[in-house]
Amino acid sequence: MAPPLIQARGLVKRFGDFTAVDGIDVQVRAGEAFGFLGPNGAGKSSTMRMVGCISPPSSGELRILGMDPVRDGPAIRARLGVCPQLDNLDPELTVRENLTTYARYFGIPRRVARARATELLDFVQLSERADSKVEPLSGGMKRRLTIARALVNEPDIVLLDEPTTGLDPQARHLVWERLFRLKQQGVTLVLTTHYMDEAEQLCDRLVVMDGGRIVAEGSPRALIERHSTREVVELRFAAESQEAFAGKLDGVGERVEVLPDRILVYVPDGDAAVAEVAALGLEPVNVLVRRSSLEDVFLHLTGRTLVD
Amino acid sequence: MTQLTREQARPSLPRVPALAVFEYHLIGYRRTWRAGVFSSFLLPTLAVLGFGVGVGAYIDRGVGGVSYLEWIVGGLLASTALQVAVGESTWPVFGNLQWTKIYFAQRSAPLRVNDIVAGHLAFVLFRVLTSIVAFLLVTGVLGALRSPWAVLALPVAALLTLAVAAPGFAYAAVVDTDSWLAMLSRFAVIPMTLFAGVFFPVESLPLVLRWVAYATPLWHAVDLCRAAVLGVAPQWSVAGHLCYLAVWAAAGWLLARRAFARKLVV
Repeated sequence: MAPPLIQARGLVKRFGDFTAVDGIDVQVRAGEAFGFLGPNGAGKSSTMRMVGCISPPSSGELRILGMDPVRDGPAIRARLGVCPQLDNLDPELTVRENLTTYARYFGIPRRVARARATELLDFVQLSERADSKVEPLSGGMKRRLTIARALVNEPDIVLLDEPTTGLDPQARHLVWERLFRLKQQGVTLVLTTHYMDEAEQLCDRLVVMDGGRIVAEGSPRALIERHSTREVVELRFAAESQEAFAGKLDGVGERVEVLPDRILVYVPDGDAAVAEVAALGLEPVNVLVRRSSLEDVFLHLTGRTLVD
Repeated sequence: MTQLTREQARPSLPRVPALAVFEYHLIGYRRTWRAGVFSSFLLPTLAVLGFGVGVGAYIDRGVGGVSYLEWIVGGLLASTALQVAVGESTWPVFGNLQWTKIYFAQRSAPLRVNDIVAGHLAFVLFRVLTSIVAFLLVTGVLGALRSPWAVLALPVAALLTLAVAAPGFAYAAVVDTDSWLAMLSRFAVIPMTLFAGVFFPVESLPLVLRWVAYATPLWHAVDLCRAAVLGVAPQWSVAGHLCYLAVWAAAGWLLARRAFARKLVV
C-alpha cells in the first residue's frame, strides 16, 4: 500500500495554556476525500494550519507527502492547494490576475499561468467574470475563485477549511458540485466542516472532533451504523418543556435525546415507533421520521449539537 | 485540464521567490500608476516653485554661497524619498495583514516570510526610485541641479528607503489599529522633515535638537543628497552616513522579519 499523504501521530497544538489540538492520530491516503467534522472550536482549523505547514506543531509527529512540515515547508506547500476559511483574494486585481499572480509564487511560467487561469475559470464557472475586479463578486463566486486559486499548481492535496460556511444554499450546492468533480478526478481532498450534510456528501472518511480530540473515525455510513440507529423520530410537544414527555416514552426506541425544542427517538423503524407513541396516548404537535445522520452521531458522542 | 498545462504547471519553486512577490505588487500598481506618476512630477514642480522660487526670493544671500533653490533641492529630494517610503511601508502593510489578508494567502504558497517581506520591500524601493527619477528630471529641467553628481542621489534614496521602510514594515505589522499609523506620520515623519535639515541648516538649531536631527535617518540622506546635487563634499564622512543608514536598514529588516513571522506563523 502506498504511504499515506498525511500522517499525524499524537499531534498537539497549544496556544499558551490553551490546547487547541490535543493529541490526534490521522492518516490520509491518496485519492481520498477526508473530513474533519466538529463544532467551532473543536480544533479543526488549527489542525488544517499545521497540515498547511504554516503552523508548527507543539508536539507529536506530522509527515506530509513524506516530508517534515517544519523543515520542508516550502517544498510541501508547493504541492498543496489551500482554500482558507476566510477569502484572502486581492479585491483590487481582476479575477484572472488573482490566479496568474498566485501561479507565479509556484514558479509557473507566465504563459502557462495564463493558460491555466483560463482552464480553471472555466472549471469554476467564472470565465465570464475573468476580467472584472474581485470586489463586486458574490460570496459564492469568491469562494469558487479561491478554490480555483488553490488548484493553480495542480496540487497533490487540496485543503479546504469550511469551504461553504457563510454561503447561501444555492451557492453551497455549486461549490459541492465542483468539489465532487475534483474528487472524481482523483484529487485528494481534506476538508473541515461543521455541516453534517457537507461531510456526508463529500467525505469518503472522516473524523469527528470535539475539544481538540478525535471522538470517532470512519466512513459517514459506518459512523452512523456504529453510533446511531437506522431511523430517528423527531417529536415536538406543545408544552414549554419537552423533558416532561421524555419520561413517558419509556420503552419506545433504543435511545431518547431531549433537545430544548424537540425529542429525538432513535429507532430501527420510524413508522412503527410513531404508532407506538400514538398507542401511548401522546399527542405531539409535530412528528418527523428521518434517516440517522452524522448530526445524530455527534449528538450521541458528545451530548451536544454541531451547530448552535 | 489539457496535457500541456498539466505538465508545465507541476509544482516547482520559483528561482527567486521574492521576485514573484515583487511582480504581484507591480501588477497591482498597474491600476494606479497614472495618478502616481502625475503626483511624482507635480510635487517636485510645486516644491521647487514654492520653496525655491517663492521662499528663495526672501533669502538674498542664499545658503553657504549657493541660491536657496539650489540648496533646498537636495533636502526636498531626500524628504520626498522619506514620504514615499513611509507611505508605502505602513498603510499597505497594515492592510495586507488586517484587511485583505494578502500576506496570509502568500504564506500558503511556497514562499517564506523572508520572501514576502523582501518582495514587498522591493516594490517600495521601486516606488521611491521612480519618484526620485521624476524628481531629478523635473529639477534638472528647471535648472535647479548644480552638478551631474546629482544622480548619486538615487542610491542614497534607495538606502534611505530601506532604512525607514524596513522599520516601517515592522511597525505596521505590530500595531493593532490604524490610528498608530497616523501617529507615526504626526510624531515621526513631520518633525523629521521639519528639523532634519531639509529647509534650513541643522546648525541653526540649539545643540540638543541638533543631535536629535543627527539621530534621524533623514538628516544623513539630506546631507548626502545635498552634497550630490551641489557637487560638493558632505558635512560628514560619506562612509559614516552610509553605515548609519545601513544600521537602520539592517535592524529594521530583522524587526520586520520577526514581526511578520509572529503574525504569519502561528
